[in-house]
Amino acid sequence: MKHILMASFVLALSMGAGMVQADNQKLRIISWADYVPADLIAAFKKETGIDVELTLSNNEEMISKLRATGGAGYDLAQPSQDRILAAQREFGIYKPIDTIKLKLEQFQPEFLSIVRKNTTLDGKLYGLPYLWGTDGLVVNSKRTKIADYPDLCRPDLKGKTAVRLRRPTLMAFAFAAGKDPFALYGDTKAYGALMDQVGAALIACKANFKFFYDNKDQLLNGIRSGEVVAAMMWDTGGWTLNRSDPDIQFVVPRSGALGWLDTFALPARGRNDAAAYAWINFTMRPENAARVIKSVGSFSAAMNTAPLIDPRLKAQFAAAFPNNDLKGIHWYPAIPPGLEEMEGRVLDRVKAAN
Amino acid sequence: MRDSRWHGRLALGLLLAPALLWLGALIVLPHVDLAVLSFRERTGPRVYTPSLAQYKTFFAEPLYWHVFVRTAIMSVIATFLTLLLAFPIAWIIAKLARGRAGSLLFIICLIPFWVSETVRTLGWMILLRESGVLPALLVKLGLTAVPVELLYRDATILVGLVYTSLLFMVVPLVSSLESLDNSLIEAAYDLGAGGFSILRTIVIPHAAPGITAGCIVVFMLTLGNYLTPTLLGGKNSQWFTEQIYTQFITRFNWEQGAAFGFLLLGLSTALVMLGLRASGQRFGDVMRRT
Repeated sequence: MKHILMASFVLALSMGAGMVQADNQKLRIISWADYVPADLIAAFKKETGIDVELTLSNNEEMISKLRATGGAGYDLAQPSQDRILAAQREFGIYKPIDTIKLKLEQFQPEFLSIVRKNTTLDGKLYGLPYLWGTDGLVVNSKRTKIADYPDLCRPDLKGKTAVRLRRPTLMAFAFAAGKDPFALYGDTKAYGALMDQVGAALIACKANFKFFYDNKDQLLNGIRSGEVVAAMMWDTGGWTLNRSDPDIQFVVPRSGALGWLDTFALPARGRNDAAAYAWINFTMRPENAARVIKSVGSFSAAMNTAPLIDPRLKAQFAAAFPNNDLKGIHWYPAIPPGLEEMEGRVLDRVKAAN
Repeated sequence: MRDSRWHGRLALGLLLAPALLWLGALIVLPHVDLAVLSFRERTGPRVYTPSLAQYKTFFAEPLYWHVFVRTAIMSVIATFLTLLLAFPIAWIIAKLARGRAGSLLFIICLIPFWVSETVRTLGWMILLRESGVLPALLVKLGLTAVPVELLYRDATILVGLVYTSLLFMVVPLVSSLESLDNSLIEAAYDLGAGGFSILRTIVIPHAAPGITAGCIVVFMLTLGNYLTPTLLGGKNSQWFTEQIYTQFITRFNWEQGAAFGFLLLGLSTALVMLGLRASGQRFGDVMRRT
């Protein structure tokens, strides 16, 4: 016992020493699965000598972790663009981005304008676009057919569908009910009423859900094993499944797909901004952005990646959004404070319903 | 004389220092911090005022105390089931198995705990899921026409909880049963007592501190368990610890989460005290016997 204690003590000490030493040679990123492929990390190390240390996470965890440390522990985070402003206003976990240090010409201007609109606070920019995609439906076409979110609640699909118990699901079902939740962002009362309505619909539908999935693997597992025949899912997840099993298809819901855009953001107490800027410039180069696209399957906000993208992915995209028509996509605006609390209450109720 | 006494105290203090430091820095301080958190309310961006709002929300919103009560009841049931299952095992280990057989049985109880709880729970999921081992077996045996989903039910949660906590019941039971003098039981038989009355009047009273200790440990572990109810219960888990996690991590509502944490602490303390009172045990005695 004594030896183990001693050994772990020595180990902890040496690790601490190592950390201090390699500080400016290390970039700590908190991001989503597949967003930072291993070959890109290796290429970055070769070019700059900087090691990348990666932590996998999701929107809520990223914010919670940064909040717990006051924005320390990571040098670069990748939250969704609509989740930055409220978190910044409330917890001050990010620092403004100095665009002079960046090659902005590497970004597609449409996406830059979205983040400019949604992540600017007091004239300072807090987010840069990285990857985007849409949420929609994925279906096992051999087993059933669906056209919109409420179809997940059809009696013949009892126990065979899945959604996430998170805010995108609330938004999706609101749009499917013919409402526009984003238009009600300013009207707390009407928004609360709409969320109650959506919550009631989800409670009525609960018997239909096999599970509420928390991660990609859980959903993929359910679909591949045939336990789940239809689910709310993001486009490229559906397309990936489609490549291994043609029966599984991504469906753009009749009420429109929800567009998400994930970003680069700098944690307030990150220690290596120089490396973070270097990394952003590096990953947004077309050839590197193409590597990311290949890893995650989503679309990049980088310029000139079109010739480098897998033609199958392009064909799948063209089939889902004919004529490159992105007009029907509902992009998330920045969430005003207070709304998430109401949504949380609704989600809790769905979770607790029988 | 005084010098040596002072030395003794110093030595005692030094010996206790790591434990006290541990208690103070890692248990008491965070709890004080959480207590402060739980008694405040967000009134604007980065503005907080002292208030009882978090506790009021708990009582005003039925779903929170439903989950709370449900967690308590399920934990009591799980504790009781664990006791029922562990008692015969402990009896066999302490009284019937001789020599190496006893230690072998004990090791068999221990082996599952060499694997982490996550892996054990995922093992259960592989066995019980719709496309898993057990439903397929049921179909093969002709008991069900199609594979049945065995996950995401209350019974599944209970199975997982009992399995996870069995060892913590067996250990105190074995140690308290081992000290039971066999001649007492033989004498009772000689005087014509039946198996049930021996159990009721001799074995259980003797093992009472062990039973109580086991029940307290299992109950606390169950009530505070997060992984097993969440994974095995899925969409219907509704465990209070999950509620606390949700408030802290996905809702960014630390104040509410802290209040929930203290309510859970209060609940477990109250129920343990109630259990001790009902069984006529004293906490100190029980802890000494284990």
